[in-house]
Amino acid sequence: MKKKVLIMPAVMAFLTFILSGCQPLMVFDAKGPNAKTLSNTIIFSIIVMAVILLVVYVLLINMLAKYRASKQPADYEPPHEEGSKALEITWTAIPIIIVTVLAIVTVFTTSKVENQQTGYGDKKPLVIYASSSDWKWHFSYPEQGIETVNYLNIPTDRPIEFRLYSFGPITSFWIPQLAGQKYAMSDMVTKIHLAADEEGSYMGRNSNFNGKGFAKMEFETQAMSQDDFDQWAKDVKAHEPKLTEAKFNKLLKTSFVGRESFSSTHLSFSPAPMDMSEHSDSKSKKDDSHDSHDMKGMHMSH
Amino acid sequence: MSMKELFAPMKEPMIFGAGISILVGAIAIVVGLTYFKKWGWLYKNWLTTVDHKKIGVMYIFVALIMLFRGGIDALLMRAQTAIPENGLLNAEHYNEIFTTHGLIMIIFMAMPFIIGLMNIVIPLQIGARDVAFPRLNALSFWLFAAGAGLLNISFIIGGSPNAGWSSYFPLAGIEFSPNVGNNYYAWSLQISGLGTLMTGINFITTIVKMRAPGMTLMKMPMFTWSALITNIIITFAFPVLTVALALMTLDRQFGTKFFAMQDGGMDMLWANLFWVWGHPEVYIVILPAFGIFSEVISTFSRKNLFGYTSMVFSMIAISLLSFMVWVHHFYTMGHGVMVNGIFSITTMLIAVPTGVKIFNWLLTMRHGKITFTTPMLYALAFIPIFTIGGVTGVMLAMASADYQYHNTLFLVAHFHYVLIPGTVFGVLAGYHFWWPKIFGFRLNEKLGKSAFWCIVVGFNVAFFPLFILGLDGYARRMYTYSADTGYGPLSMVSFIGALVLAVGFALLCYNIYYSFRHSPRELTGDPWDARSLEWATQSPVPEYNFAIVPHINQLDEFWYAKKEGRDITAGQYERIHMPNNSGAPMWMAGVLFLFSFFFVFSVWSLVIVFGIATLGFMAYRSFEKDEGHHIEVAEIEATERRLRGEL
Repeated sequence: MKKKVLIMPAVMAFLTFILSGCQPLMVFDAKGPNAKTLSNTIIFSIIVMAVILLVVYVLLINMLAKYRASKQPADYEPPHEEGSKALEITWTAIPIIIVTVLAIVTVFTTSKVENQQTGYGDKKPLVIYASSSDWKWHFSYPEQGIETVNYLNIPTDRPIEFRLYSFGPITSFWIPQLAGQKYAMSDMVTKIHLAADEEGSYMGRNSNFNGKGFAKMEFETQAMSQDDFDQWAKDVKAHEPKLTEAKFNKLLKTSFVGRESFSSTHLSFSPAPMDMSEHSDSKSKKDDSHDSHDMKGMHMSH
Repeated sequence: MSMKELFAPMKEPMIFGAGISILVGAIAIVVGLTYFKKWGWLYKNWLTTVDHKKIGVMYIFVALIMLFRGGIDALLMRAQTAIPENGLLNAEHYNEIFTTHGLIMIIFMAMPFIIGLMNIVIPLQIGARDVAFPRLNALSFWLFAAGAGLLNISFIIGGSPNAGWSSYFPLAGIEFSPNVGNNYYAWSLQISGLGTLMTGINFITTIVKMRAPGMTLMKMPMFTWSALITNIIITFAFPVLTVALALMTLDRQFGTKFFAMQDGGMDMLWANLFWVWGHPEVYIVILPAFGIFSEVISTFSRKNLFGYTSMVFSMIAISLLSFMVWVHHFYTMGHGVMVNGIFSITTMLIAVPTGVKIFNWLLTMRHGKITFTTPMLYALAFIPIFTIGGVTGVMLAMASADYQYHNTLFLVAHFHYVLIPGTVFGVLAGYHFWWPKIFGFRLNEKLGKSAFWCIVVGFNVAFFPLFILGLDGYARRMYTYSADTGYGPLSMVSFIGALVLAVGFALLCYNIYYSFRHSPRELTGDPWDARSLEWATQSPVPEYNFAIVPHINQLDEFWYAKKEGRDITAGQYERIHMPNNSGAPMWMAGVLFLFSFFFVFSVWSLVIVFGIATLGFMAYRSFEKDEGHHIEVAEIEATERRLRGEL
């Protein structure tokens, strides 16, 4: 009767296989080096964990089959067993070895995904500022001098560096098929390094709950060839309106908007918090807006 | 705030319905108590009691009610997400429901259920007459009840908290959550948290100072050990919550900027404080369950616990590590490789002592004589299911991989796979196991097992699909999703599982009624042929617990005495000194409830009035002369004979 419990996960896995129509799950359907690293890490850990589960399940089934009262003579009295040094050392030592292996894998893969993605020659990474406000995403391309809302176009075969921050509650920037997620917060900039190896459309979203419009806070990520990307950027620069401070402030206050494109970025008048890079004019501009950021006490480095 | 705003939540038909049914229920209880003239009985025997067993029963009673409140929240969530673009709940309602579901299940269900069992069992297991500070214990309970009440009225008066049970700033701040919901959050947790802190101090003192003669630390039953370690964690972790909530109140109601976005405030500070308390909290609800499983597995294998010493040290190791892992709740905050690496390692290390415990339980069964009673079934189901929760925990501990699991249903599945087989199966095993000790009759085994199978099967059907949905990019806390995500079918499976789970809990409650009517009176005091000291006294346990406090020579003294035919409770009766009942804890908690309620709405005049009244209660207590009372030998003799069925 215990076996019912044990086969449950197997049944569920089978059910999933049927129901999901053999499509690979999003996290395993990686389209870039960052997500591929993570997918491999996850698959590796699942295999290790499956072995551990197997050991526990075999032992449990064995104990239940052998030592149930109905299998014992009525007058059987179980012996007193204090414990066993050898056994207890074994099941302390083996997990420590497993944890050590997993720890090494963790540190290496974390370092790999946290740094600029390699294998793309000496191409300079494309910097995109992704900032969130209730309930939309703003993407600023300082190199191209353009900005979009709620959609993201990126070139393939080139490392990309996202700089994340938020104009409100903490959000989390996540394109599962390209990279793992990271928080966007109001008082510091965090970074994601990724690259797309295949052209295509990928789901991106905020995965950190931030209120009423959270469920709808999705954006489409379109990975295209460098030429297509350049052409698109040029079009936006030539044909879309400029993003003025007034327009941007109005945009921040609007809860739900569709896709929008602008031929300038908000970085010039509303720079990212604590951003000392070349894209920010914060040093030259007198900043007396209400969301100025006190530098003292901000020591969360990354 | 106008009356109209105050009762704004009632505009929702569903909330209106719930409000009406609560009102009708309350009227029915009041009318019933008046009709049967039970007010005096209720006040004298229950509301003013300082008896640890009755306080324990009240804790569990409230916990069961909260289980249903939290369970209805859960059913609504699964129903809403069962099909894509469902319109059962809107975003705001859904946000309130998942917030209160989390709060209620952790703070007002798991905690009181565990503390209730500790209350009932610990003094009995160590051969004490009560806890060290019985009056304080009553105050702990009433503060918890006041907190639970405060959170539960929020959805009718003023609006529930809706920023998630972790209430991250700035979302939970006044700018983005201007309604009173998060004030309720701060105050309901604050007053119940104070009660919990008092429980921690009370039980540490009880276990350290009041053990029966001869019971050294390493002769204590495993549940007592787990309770000692848990209460030490409580005493270290809860002050952090107290401070965090106080800062939250200052930010929300007095315009300070501790967690604000501007003026040097730091939203991440809240996340850190919350999880410095929040992670140890997980072990506060899981370690006592480990203790319960140890008792149950050993009893129903008819064998002593394998590796007692390593069981104790693994719990100590877990308690130390529990304070060193909080950052794994936000690897994605951008700490970089060094910090994330260190916290990955400390987190994964917890798997080592936990693994030791799993193998020790398995080896306890080896050469044993296993009987499949209801409590044992829960303990046996715990091992395979909890191990899934454990290994997925190790997967989540890997910082890099966590970037893909964080904030998804994979995480949700993981912590339900830890908390349900761990905490819930644990308290249910304990509940079935110790029920006859408290009430003097057993719960029906057949109904108990039916409920068990519904709960185990329903749980797996409800939660296993969430692992898969999470890996498919399903973020948690989304009130709906579009059909082309493909999340529909598995979400429906999960909803069906939740329904089966609900049937299981309904059976569990029906069993109380059925067994009360039909179960035979249990006269031996030891219905399971068990091992530890609580089974040496009568069932139901008399007020004074043990007529004669036994002398302890070894672990499982009662078991070996049975084998050798010794009676460890034999001896000459002497009169017993016991504490007096008091209404003060309940009234004081009531006053604090009103203080907090008016604080939520910033009605300062009444806050001051009830604040002074609270201080008044404390002053009264410090001048009160209360010497307790004695139970005379004749009364003890009569009670003992009655409980043995001789009268």
